[in-house]
Amino acid sequence: MLKVISELIIPSILFIIPFYGLIKHVKVYEVFVDGAKDGIDTMVKIFPALLAMLVAVGVLRSSGTLDALAKLIEPFTSKIGMPSDVVPLALIRPLSGSGSLGIATELIKSKGPDSFIAKLASVMYGSTETTFYVLAVYFGSVGVKKMRHSIIAGIAADIVAILSSVFYSRLFF
Amino acid sequence: MINYIWFFMIGIGVVVGIINGRIGEVSKAIIDSSEAAVTISIGLIGIMSLWLGIMQIAEKSGLMEVLSKLLKPAIIKLFPEVPEDHPAIGAMIMNISANMLGLGNAATPFGIKAMEYLQELNNRDVASNSMCTFLVINTASVQLLPAVMIGLRASLGAKNPADFVVVGLLSSITALIAGIIVVKVLEKSSLFKE
Repeated sequence: MLKVISELIIPSILFIIPFYGLIKHVKVYEVFVDGAKDGIDTMVKIFPALLAMLVAVGVLRSSGTLDALAKLIEPFTSKIGMPSDVVPLALIRPLSGSGSLGIATELIKSKGPDSFIAKLASVMYGSTETTFYVLAVYFGSVGVKKMRHSIIAGIAADIVAILSSVFYSRLFF
Repeated sequence: MINYIWFFMIGIGVVVGIINGRIGEVSKAIIDSSEAAVTISIGLIGIMSLWLGIMQIAEKSGLMEVLSKLLKPAIIKLFPEVPEDHPAIGAMIMNISANMLGLGNAATPFGIKAMEYLQELNNRDVASNSMCTFLVINTASVQLLPAVMIGLRASLGAKNPADFVVVGLLSSITALIAGIIVVKVLEKSSLFKE
């Protein structure tokens, strides 16, 4: 069931949105081409951060640091059912969007795109935003200095996001 | 913060590599990773562009307004301190709708506008309850279609790159609910008094 739904997602979006656009008299082809132009810009923006993180994780992995670290925290992570491979991702997700994207990329690449770890990393990456960045930008934009309970609530949501991504991934994958 | 993390990742890696006698592997990994960054990015351009094109259609056809209408009743309940017809409500709804569709670039201006309206109601340098609630919703980021990650999986050769989307949605909704509960409970606590 889940497999069928997930296989349908991309084709149906590609069908429904332009169809809806046509009904609303949008010049779907021209608008599509205009929007697609920004794809390269977006990638150019992501690239440096992706490079920085891929190299850093590459160094950590090839030197054996990641294995050592994983062994060190295994007693804890195995208790909550979290594979030690995704621990670095869980730690960096709330701090840096591009950084965690780099780490997730490295995981998907080294473990194989259809592996359990790769799926878990995708779920984990998508289930929360970079809390600290969002708070800094939005509060900064209106000059609010005392953030009150928003930080703790944001972190709590992050922790729940990490734990629930492990939980649901184990349940469904 | 990220500056220290990045440096420590490399610094500790290099030192451990020397101790372990694996500095040759480290050297090779640096070059290989840089190459991988290029291959992955180029692979991503295709699906990113496709997605941005489709989303442009979604925006121009008014699909975002449809989503906004669906969200309105929930938003009004979550922000009891904001009058129903205040422009802050509209700006917050547009921001959340854009985020759900993965339109990050469109979402940020709405979000900042929403914060400015909320600041009109607040008017000090201490966050209001509404601001905290709004930002927690924002950081939980419920995305209907995480385009970047789908693109990434696709460019790395996944059989069904969108296979995680439903599970991801479930997980981020769980986090959103938890965030809203925590923010609503803490706003009454004397520890965080305004």
